[in-house]
Amino acid sequence: MAHHVVPQKTYVMVFLSLLVLTALTTGVAFIDLGPFNTVAALAIAFCKMSLVVYFFMHLRQSKGLVRIVALAGFFWFALLMGLTLNDYHTRNWTPTPQPWSVTAPPTHP
Amino acid sequence: MLRRRPAVTDAEAQAHSEHVGLMHQFEDLDQQLDTDTLGIWVFLVTEIMFFGGMFTAYVLYRGLYFMAFEGGSRILDVRLGATNTAVLIASSLTMVLSVRAAQTGNRRALIGFLIATMILGSVFLGIKGFEYHQKFVEHVVPGLDWAPEGATLAHIAPGGLGHAQMFFIFYFAMTGLHAIHMIIGMGLLLWLLVRAYRNRFTPHYFAPVEVVALYWHFVDIVWIFLFPLLYLIGGRY
Repeated sequence: MAHHVVPQKTYVMVFLSLLVLTALTTGVAFIDLGPFNTVAALAIAFCKMSLVVYFFMHLRQSKGLVRIVALAGFFWFALLMGLTLNDYHTRNWTPTPQPWSVTAPPTHP
Repeated sequence: MLRRRPAVTDAEAQAHSEHVGLMHQFEDLDQQLDTDTLGIWVFLVTEIMFFGGMFTAYVLYRGLYFMAFEGGSRILDVRLGATNTAVLIASSLTMVLSVRAAQTGNRRALIGFLIATMILGSVFLGIKGFEYHQKFVEHVVPGLDWAPEGATLAHIAPGGLGHAQMFFIFYFAMTGLHAIHMIIGMGLLLWLLVRAYRNRFTPHYFAPVEVVALYWHFVDIVWIFLFPLLYLIGGRY
């Protein structure tokens, strides 16, 4: 069976989009957006990753099983990262009980 | 064709090319390609977890020592980082085009694109090496040469010198781990190049090219996140 060959033009267009996004993220870093600088940088990086995964890594043509494995990987990482951050950012929300506070371990790693 | 092979009829060539590279445990080359693709993806998921641990640690420490991480980030050279990002993206393009060349049975293009990918990979590592050299010149290498002075010191001092050291530990650990992956990728590309030169790939059998390409693109994705996290979100305005 001959495989589905993606036109060269598609790859070149994806490449050009990635270059534009790289220029965009670099430019945005020099503008003061407050906390949204980090959000913008990560959002653009996420777009770039999606382009690479979908077109260059052929997830577009992949079978369902491969797609599930790929998405499960990113999803599982998001879970681990999310729960870890959840822990560290909420540790000080409740006061440390008195008997513990004397020998309480440091709240930072 | 760089090397002549004995003349064969089209029918013989067709019959041969549909079986070359087929391992005995598989029904046909399609099943083999599916299995290979699934296998490399499972490996890449373990790589997501491998790098993911470092990314999570980076995020936690950046939250704790925010000022020091911003100061440290501003010392890195954005122009070199952005150039390296473009170089790596270009290498991903040549890599995917080499897969395409293998799929269409174009051996000349396959060899050309593999060499182009290796050249771009070398350029990336060269620039990275130059950046490491700069860090030694600026004395901001934790553990080996940590004695920031002048403008460098002024940048990171407000956030705390010891905490800025933490930023550079992450910088070297993450870019270093990424560079090791690049070097392994270069070795895999060399192996592909030798096999392509020996004409081992056919439009039906190109799984090794696809598998190495998936690995190479993954390493590219890691850098796509490292670039903003290390170079850009340091408040450069």
